[in-house]
Amino acid sequence: MTEIPREEFVLKCTSACAGCPSSLALRYVLKAAGHDTVLVVPACCTSVIQGIFPFTSLNVTVYNIAFAAAAACASGMSEAFRKAGKKTSVIVYAGDGGTVDIGLQGLSAALEREEDFLYVCYDNEAYSNTGMQRSGATPYGARTTTTPAGKTHPKKDLDGIVAAHNPPYMATTCVAYPQDVFRKVQKALSIRGPSFIHLLAPCPTSWRFSPDLTIEMGKRAIRSGMWILYEREFGKVTINSVSKAALKNPLPLEDYLSPQGRFSGIGQREKDILISQARKMAKRLIHEEEGVC
Amino acid sequence: MSTAPAMSRPKQGASGKTGAWRIFRPRIDKDACNACGLCALSCPDAAIGEDLEIDLEYCKGCGICAHECPKKAISMKREEK
Ligand SMILES: Cc1ncc(C[n+]2csc(CCOP(=O)(O)OP(=O)(O)O)c2C)c(N)n1
Ligand code: SF4
Ligand code: SF4
Ligand SMILES: [Mg+2]
Repeated sequence: MTEIPREEFVLKCTSACAGCPSSLALRYVLKAAGHDTVLVVPACCTSVIQGIFPFTSLNVTVYNIAFAAAAACASGMSEAFRKAGKKTSVIVYAGDGGTVDIGLQGLSAALEREEDFLYVCYDNEAYSNTGMQRSGATPYGARTTTTPAGKTHPKKDLDGIVAAHNPPYMATTCVAYPQDVFRKVQKALSIRGPSFIHLLAPCPTSWRFSPDLTIEMGKRAIRSGMWILYEREFGKVTINSVSKAALKNPLPLEDYLSPQGRFSGIGQREKDILISQARKMAKRLIHEEEGVC
Repeated sequence: MSTAPAMSRPKQGASGKTGAWRIFRPRIDKDACNACGLCALSCPDAAIGEDLEIDLEYCKGCGICAHECPKKAISMKREEK
């Protein structure tokens, strides 16, 4: 595997919460992308953690932009760079609210036009920056400030929506595996055309777990089968080995849910729904990998 | 009035000395440490350098490094006020 560069592009320190998954993931996204990169950031934690004007902790060019406009902005930028003969990587780094809810039409349009940029959605499963309101990516049963009795709708299948556009490269990853984040970002940027990475970002503040467990919670999400690591390259699905092993012998769901305050008091019915959704997703991916559908 | 765009310059400490936030302070027991570097890989704030020294001016005390250390060489002690 390629060495991860030592250079840091997230300078000490962002103003993110202690144990922040978005800052951790961004370290590796930017290490993979390097200097010649423009980051497009719609409203989310990542837009407010950069530091206090006139300084910033992010040592690449960053364009902070209105919620719905991220993918449109990145489209125009990458077109302009390519016209000027430049290889500059354009990366959208957006939250789940800014992607599955507010930015979806811009993302869909950019994928359809086959724009040459990478869209990374870091998914902390809520509008965390504004105080943990539910988003379309919040899982069934999770308590947020707008679903105090637990969410009564399932998590939106963002990857299914993106896959329907058939981008040359899409992948899921998780902040618990920095090398996986690094490798997939490098791969995505090496492929011409639109690429998409969906990154699970367990957030201690909105999921309500102890901040030392950010990586542990990501690992448990994968080991319990609640998050599956895979890649879809030119339509071909590969389930990554950690998830292959996890799906054969999953960790009990309880081990994933119990450290998280957002699932406190969750009932058996909600747990069954979560398990059945995860199984359905796994089955679909396994079938796709085998070429059955 | 200036019409220059609002542009920030990269700088260490752009959010202040975040070490002041810390409630628990990490300490690496060098005898137990085998220098695998997993702590530095796992720190959200890149507060652990190549030499595996923790930069206490910036470390927020999240405890991820201690949790991820396979040798249990990092302990978290409450800061004295
Ligand atoms: C049009 C508009 N509506 C609302 C907001 C307020 N707002 C800023 S960040 C944010 C939450 C974004 O959630 P998400 O995309 O999941 O990112 P996270 O905060 O979780 O990192 C909201 C609602 C805004 N900036 N612009
Ligand atoms: S709320 Fe979550 S994602 Fe946002 S800065 Fe805090 S830890 Fe990071
Ligand atoms: S306690 Fe957290 S911020 Fe401090 S060095 Fe360890 S991982 Fe980094
Ligand atoms: Mg979010």
